[in-house]
Amino acid sequence: MSDFWFDVGPLQAVPLRGARVVRTPRREIAVFRTAGDEIFALENRCPHKGGPLSDGIVHGRKVACPLHNWIINLEDGEATGADKGCARAFPVKLENGRIYIDMSVAAAP
Amino acid sequence: MDQATGSTRRKLLVLGNGMAAGRVLEELFARAPSRHDVTILGAEPRVNYDRIMLSPVLSGEKKFAEIVVHDDAWYARHHVDLRKGETAVAIDRAAKTVRTASGSVERYDDLIIATGSRPILIPVPGADLPGVVTFRDLDDVEAMLAAAARGGRAVVIGGGLLGLEAAAGLALKGMTTTVVHLMPTLMERQLDPNAAYLLRKAIEKRGIEVLTGANTSAILGDGKVEGVRLEDGRTLPADLVVMAVGIRPHIAIAKDAGLEVKRGVVVDDHLRTSDPDIYAVGECVEHRGACYGLVAPLYDMARTLAAGLAGEQVPGYAGSALSTKLKVTGVNLFSAGDFSEVDDNDEVVLRDPSRGIYKRVVLRDNKVVGAVLYGDTTDGSWYFDLLKKGADVAELRDTLIFGQAYQGGGVLDPVAAVAALSDDAEICGCNGVCKGVIVQAIAAKGLATLEDVRVQTKASASCGQCTSKVEALLAAALGDAYAAAARKPMCKCTDLTHEEVRGLIVSRELKAQPAVWQELGWKTSCGCPSCRPALNYYLLCAWPGEYRDDAQSRFVNERVHANIQKDGTFSVVPRMWGGLTTPNELRAIADVADKFRIPTVKVTGGQRIDLLGVRKEDLPAVWADLNAAGMVSGQAYAKGLRTVKTCVGSDWCRFGTQDSTGLGVKLERFLCGSWTPAKVKLAVSGCPRNCAEATVKDFGIICVESGYDIHIAGAAGLHVRATDLLGHVETEEQAIEHVAAVMQLYREQAVYLERVWKWVEKTGLEKIRAAIMDDHEGRRALLLRFKKSQRAVQRDPWAERAAGRELHEFMPLAVLTPTKRMAAE
Repeated sequence: MSDFWFDVGPLQAVPLRGARVVRTPRREIAVFRTAGDEIFALENRCPHKGGPLSDGIVHGRKVACPLHNWIINLEDGEATGADKGCARAFPVKLENGRIYIDMSVAAAP
Repeated sequence: MDQATGSTRRKLLVLGNGMAAGRVLEELFARAPSRHDVTILGAEPRVNYDRIMLSPVLSGEKKFAEIVVHDDAWYARHHVDLRKGETAVAIDRAAKTVRTASGSVERYDDLIIATGSRPILIPVPGADLPGVVTFRDLDDVEAMLAAAARGGRAVVIGGGLLGLEAAAGLALKGMTTTVVHLMPTLMERQLDPNAAYLLRKAIEKRGIEVLTGANTSAILGDGKVEGVRLEDGRTLPADLVVMAVGIRPHIAIAKDAGLEVKRGVVVDDHLRTSDPDIYAVGECVEHRGACYGLVAPLYDMARTLAAGLAGEQVPGYAGSALSTKLKVTGVNLFSAGDFSEVDDNDEVVLRDPSRGIYKRVVLRDNKVVGAVLYGDTTDGSWYFDLLKKGADVAELRDTLIFGQAYQGGGVLDPVAAVAALSDDAEICGCNGVCKGVIVQAIAAKGLATLEDVRVQTKASASCGQCTSKVEALLAAALGDAYAAAARKPMCKCTDLTHEEVRGLIVSRELKAQPAVWQELGWKTSCGCPSCRPALNYYLLCAWPGEYRDDAQSRFVNERVHANIQKDGTFSVVPRMWGGLTTPNELRAIADVADKFRIPTVKVTGGQRIDLLGVRKEDLPAVWADLNAAGMVSGQAYAKGLRTVKTCVGSDWCRFGTQDSTGLGVKLERFLCGSWTPAKVKLAVSGCPRNCAEATVKDFGIICVESGYDIHIAGAAGLHVRATDLLGHVETEEQAIEHVAAVMQLYREQAVYLERVWKWVEKTGLEKIRAAIMDDHEGRRALLLRFKKSQRAVQRDPWAERAAGRELHEFMPLAVLTPTKRMAAE
């Protein structure tokens, strides 16, 4: 089980209230860091028109897509307000200051 | 069962949970809150919402949450048993029960049928194909939004109110939209041909194609919609077809129960059907031979029905006069009553083609019987009021068409005009709220804001077109106290305005965003995408060199010094000072385009070259190559100086009076770097022929024999505006000093995202002219402050980033493969 948790780097490598991208063979995953040092991972595609969520402005536990300002919830990837759509969320954890992604999910279809 | 538990409440069962049902209950609970146990069977799987506001939801101007009329808490508070998604299938009048689709049986003492209406589907082949939708409920809107998100072409069948609102919404969402209308003119039931012509022009101006006199013969497609064929043989490609040709009362359940039905469920003046225990209300009814599809009559009916259910003796419902407004932003249209061409009609018409205004008031026997207003609908409610009252207007006839403000001699200001309306004049047509009700609520409940009035009276709570009238009533009632309250908070994170926040940043010496959030009581933990970039700018402007720019509070374009494109790639624009370039620069650009396989190279409107389709991770290397050829960032992404467009001036042009190119280069070099509230574009023309189009720029200079005319506040985008002349100076140095000073004044005063022309209109040209042209000491102080701000930023952002500053922005955190792991750090 634990074999599938891949170390993708230290927490400090992701800017506070920002994001970085993790490339996997199947998809790009955006790793977000909130003001409270929480870590979330979503597929790096806005459910609206595929905008790169990792380039958006992170506020609270949300990110604003840079293309058309859809506000996406970091916890579950759901669009907020009247917008409907969902960016896929991936299991991610923080241990001893390092970020891990579960590749058994991230690499699956 | 109620009896068994000792309750004496009557059991009220409501079929349908639309606007009519919601309004009946609201009126009922206001009169007799504990007389009934209420159960609602609502076919839609959600609470009651304002159906007429679906158009703004479609266009994106409102969110669904904003149009909910009754939320779950409301039903709970009134102990209403709302069954969402439950459809009634049969009424057993003898047993006084209703059976539902899920098989349950509900008893009633009183039954209200409020099943509304169904959109008419025209019976043509293909009408049942996936991709054909109607425009009736939220599910329809969501289907349209989903289709619009995929882009492509939409055909809207029907050029009435709903069809046009749907078309406008879809066009706004980016679909190529065509309206197909059977009749020769749009909205022919509400508009005369003249107003319809103006409307058509306005609709077409939005990029919507309008085909009138066009009969749909088939909807084409294999498995899904692909097009629409017209009777004349034309075929329109379509990814989405919206049928908006009208509605039909939904009467099936009433008809099956043996109630008297014609076009609708027949009711008397007390909304009673042919069964005395069964009432009907809303779009499903037929009253005195009329069926209604607008909201005002539903509310009139609801009031009468609720009063009856509450046990009050009230005069019956006598039918409604109708008025119509189109909810398409930017199109002002009002129509009421009868305006058909009849011999004994008399009419007064006013046209103002340059302002796009058309007004027509139809009179019969000195009474207003109809009105059509296009472009300026201010007096719609006044004419409608005269029409409903049947007032004799013989005395007013000469000035009738100029509107209410012109009655009684002098011109009334808007506040006085609304104050002059009679108490029973309707202010809010959507919710049927009269002036008297609003005025009374303001006085009795101490209302002080527009929001208070909306909550307490519902006036202006729906389409919002009467907002200015409600505000005028508040102003009339509260005087200056209201003006002080008319303020717009910066965003939902604070109640302070932009101006107040700016003032407090300086006066309380707040020098970091967390300090602002803390000291000014921000309601969110770390701001939102709307206030963060604004605060970042205000702090940069107030504390140049001291405040540390927060990259995470910047839109991605400013963070990575390039412009994001629809596919997530970026465009790169190097500076070409004053529009000048060299063979070496062009060679370097060509080499970069080849080396990084940049798909599109385009000349911009600002006299420079755009490289489009650059991958984000290539940006630093692209910049390094451009830097090596001496080029720097053109800041085409910045809220700052973009371009200085020039003509060739006295160097080459036989008409040139001064060296406009040289001045343009000097201005661009001097002004570029500092952030501004919004983007800033300049131009310098070498003579009054103005080939550089300086009179539609934020700042423009026109060279003349005697020196330089400095222009300000032009615009040529969403808004088009010619510049105003700020003043005349004699030398180049003075020109640069004056432009830099006014740029600094703009930086210090304008609200974030406010373009120069808006700031000038808000502030007043005279004030700015006094500060720049007349106050020499003040101007020099502005210039010094501008130079100080430039010291902190005038360096090439590309060079810094190409050298490695915050390189993480362009690199993945990690690249993972199932067999190999490579952490970046």
